[in-house]
Amino acid sequence: MTGYLIRRVGQAVLVIFMVTVIVFLLVRLLPGGPAEAILGRRATAAEKAAFNRLNGYNRPLLEQYVHYIGQLLRGNLGYSYKLSQSVTSLLGEALPKTILLVGLSTLLAALLAVPLGILQAVRRNRLIDYIFTGAAFIFYAMPSFWLGLVLIELFAINLGWLPSEAPQGSLSQVLAHPEGLVLPVATLALVTIAQFSRYMRSSMLEQLSQDYVRTARARGVPEWRVVMRHTLRNALVPVVTLLGLSLPWVLGGALVVESVFNFPGTGLLFWTAAQNQDYPVMLGLVLVAAVGTVVGSLLADLMYAALDPRVRYT
Amino acid sequence: MAVLPSNGPAELPTDSGEGVTASRQLWRLVLDVFLQNRLATLGLAMIVFMVLFCFVGPLVYHTDQLHTSLQLSLIRPDASHLLGTDDTGRDMLGRLMLGGRTSLEVGLAAAVIATCFGALWGALAGFSGGVVDSVMMRIVDGLLAIPSLFLLLFLGSLTSSLAALVLVVALISWLAPARLVRGETLSLRGLDYVQAVTVMGGGRWRSILRHIIPNTIGTIVVNVTFQIADAILIVATLSYLGLGVRPPAADWGSMLSNGVTYTADGYWWLVYPPGVAIILTVVAFNFVGDALRDGLSARLHAR
Repeated sequence: MTGYLIRRVGQAVLVIFMVTVIVFLLVRLLPGGPAEAILGRRATAAEKAAFNRLNGYNRPLLEQYVHYIGQLLRGNLGYSYKLSQSVTSLLGEALPKTILLVGLSTLLAALLAVPLGILQAVRRNRLIDYIFTGAAFIFYAMPSFWLGLVLIELFAINLGWLPSEAPQGSLSQVLAHPEGLVLPVATLALVTIAQFSRYMRSSMLEQLSQDYVRTARARGVPEWRVVMRHTLRNALVPVVTLLGLSLPWVLGGALVVESVFNFPGTGLLFWTAAQNQDYPVMLGLVLVAAVGTVVGSLLADLMYAALDPRVRYT
Repeated sequence: MAVLPSNGPAELPTDSGEGVTASRQLWRLVLDVFLQNRLATLGLAMIVFMVLFCFVGPLVYHTDQLHTSLQLSLIRPDASHLLGTDDTGRDMLGRLMLGGRTSLEVGLAAAVIATCFGALWGALAGFSGGVVDSVMMRIVDGLLAIPSLFLLLFLGSLTSSLAALVLVVALISWLAPARLVRGETLSLRGLDYVQAVTVMGGGRWRSILRHIIPNTIGTIVVNVTFQIADAILIVATLSYLGLGVRPPAADWGSMLSNGVTYTADGYWWLVYPPGVAIILTVVAFNFVGDALRDGLSARLHAR
């Protein structure tokens, strides 16, 4: 296990290094370079030169990169000239709310998708399986912004049960109005359930076709016991890994949901930054999201290795 | 082990031989899948319908999509406008055909570009092995770690033309095929007939293009199918976020995101036609992709 741990952590560090290189190069690829991107197209040549000198953009690339890494290690993700605030403080404000949104909806999705996948696998190719498979396909194929707006139309406009907009302000203010969280969480959860229940179904089906299941049935073990005791644990292992790996996908979904419900998280921050061409904010968020993804998949892999000894030796 | 066959060079795999056999097997497989799987047939029928609707439809159903008219705006569906008109007086059915053309073209172009590039990247990495492989695949891992929608918005904020949109979508979509094809290349690399090419002095690209790629064509085709569906959804989402297809051009996504601004006003005919068209098309491509993948893995198990 130690050898695997060292190799896997080393790989994660290497990927994070690649991410920093990619993000670093993205700024330099901007048309007109970082000076024009940040100061705007109307900035004079002298202003740009002064800006480049001030921020060290006139130095050799390698030197800039070392400086960039040094700043990152000190927790400096850049400065938003459009919002006159450091990216770190913007992130500190928005990130807890996105974690709340993503955490709640992923938890809800997992709690519903696992039993749903089991049900579909046990009743495969029956009516109930077809119904949920059809629903999963439709929710997967439905643009998530439209799903959010349909829920708003139904529950906020027609029925008037829930607010159409997410609560504003800090994390505690958001938590003080939980009814505003229902629709955003439900939208993100529905899309995620569509995905996870498919994973769970095929993972259960694969386990149910294994020899040990046939042996258990031959020994006269009741079917519910075969499913709940023998196969469920084995079927959950790959699904847990997939949960860890789906973080970038869920974050993308959160961005759309946040823009539909005006939910003040990182997704809305990123979207606003994209509209204002606020590159420091975008690059800071890309970096944080990518590092979060790498750490997420590292944890998922380590959990996989802890649960399934075969992984460690390959 | 790369041992030359005992019955002489005449039996050595020729350049065209393997590729042709592989693709012939593929077509037989594809035919089998569609004959056996009803969902795949349904999916294919839906795709054919959509293509005819979008590309042949405008030839039969003539509408004026160039001029706007406020007098004709927001007419309910009736005999003269089967799906009503939009907020600038354009016929919705005609616009649905026109928008679908953009959606399908952008989806197909992005998927094909992404899969071709990804397949070559993966094959080169897997075939080269060693440091080249490690570096190439760490680049893929690094890009995969960045949520693709974030990268899309960043790149999308730089440009606005349709061709650039295709490239941007392709740029975030080549990673999955690169990983899949690399995995298959690793197992193909050690096979005798591929090693024989190297033994006979064939170059790296000859092996990759003539022998590796044709044998991964199944994976590649399945991947293109899913990528088209994903690309259509991505472009629709980008339209909603304000970075997709810009007027006067339209795709289903931009029609849908335009329509939903009238959600509270009850103009349902602006919302449901493009929305349902997106769902049907994406589901159809997923049906076909699922069936092809299952057929392919059945073939691999049978090997």
